Amino acid sequence: MSKVEQYDARSCVLLRLGERRFALTAEQIAELVAPSRVFRFAHRTTELDGVILRRGRVVPVCDVAERLTGKKLTTRRFYLVATQRRGAGLDWVALPVSGECELITADLTPASESDSPHVSAWLSHDGEVIEVLNLDALMPTQEGHPPLAQSGSPEAHA
Amino acid sequence: MQFATTHKAPHARTEQIILFRCSTQIFAISSSSVQEVRSVDTLAGSPMEIVEPSLTKVRHMFRRGEQNLYVVNGAVHFGLRPSPASLILLLRRSRTALLIDGIEKMTTMTRLQALPAAFCHEERVWYRGLTVLDQSVIPVVSPEGFLTADELFLLDALVSRTVVPETATVNEMGLGL
Repeated sequence: MSKVEQYDARSCVLLRLGERRFALTAEQIAELVAPSRVFRFAHRTTELDGVILRRGRVVPVCDVAERLTGKKLTTRRFYLVATQRRGAGLDWVALPVSGECELITADLTPASESDSPHVSAWLSHDGEVIEVLNLDALMPTQEGHPPLAQSGSPEAHA
Repeated sequence: MQFATTHKAPHARTEQIILFRCSTQIFAISSSSVQEVRSVDTLAGSPMEIVEPSLTKVRHMFRRGEQNLYVVNGAVHFGLRPSPASLILLLRRSRTALLIDGIEKMTTMTRLQALPAAFCHEERVWYRGLTVLDQSVIPVVSPEGFLTADELFLLDALVSRTVVPETATVNEMGLGL
């Protein structure tokens, strides 16, 4: 997600990770699904739990709660399936969330230089100031682990 | 008047694969990548032991013709809990022999999905992609992913400093026995 450049009313999805709420812009969200079986296989990308199957597509599961809140989720109520642009392609990623998600429209305040890289913008809702997440900063990269919060072919078809 | 469309779906390309087990996990490999399947018993006493602290997944080698073949422990390679291996897959056009726990079955895959880009470490070298079989996701290994060119160079250098015993030579009849 690109950084928000100006004050802007946008549709956002609020997601709950433990005690805290975060937001993603609605255009990044593909769907909200009930937890399903996570398939785990050997790999070295520690941020990923495994993959789920969704509409025949393999979707990696990335639990961002520990990085954002310092605590692992004890319950997974849903997977919020988000899209992330990677080069020319669009990747899906399933983010486990611990509560209901909510679609809202809110004015976004751009993040400042002093904000963590995972903060794309801020919004205010129900008296709460909420971080709008920058997925690019939260997803694993080859260069290294994403920063912590302060608080094919493979042949496509054989 | 509407006519029923007579669209004919193209035949899906299929690939024969072998499902094998390392530790508790199932992997797939194209059967065309496997030259031979041997029991570890046929290796008993014949391979030369290798001790390279930086490459603990390789503990043995043997010679076949002019080539050194290196035995890669699949469980160690994938970072899994070591378990008693019973079979060795000799890979085609490769200098790798893969130590595995067992073969589950041979089957056919019709679709290989790219490993999602979020997986961004060694697994990108390990796997050609993922396939879905019986509603399970199985990683399809890349035969070239077990030993890098640098690792082969290191192992060759190690072996060249050592005299390879005659018993470490494998022929068509067996692994030097």
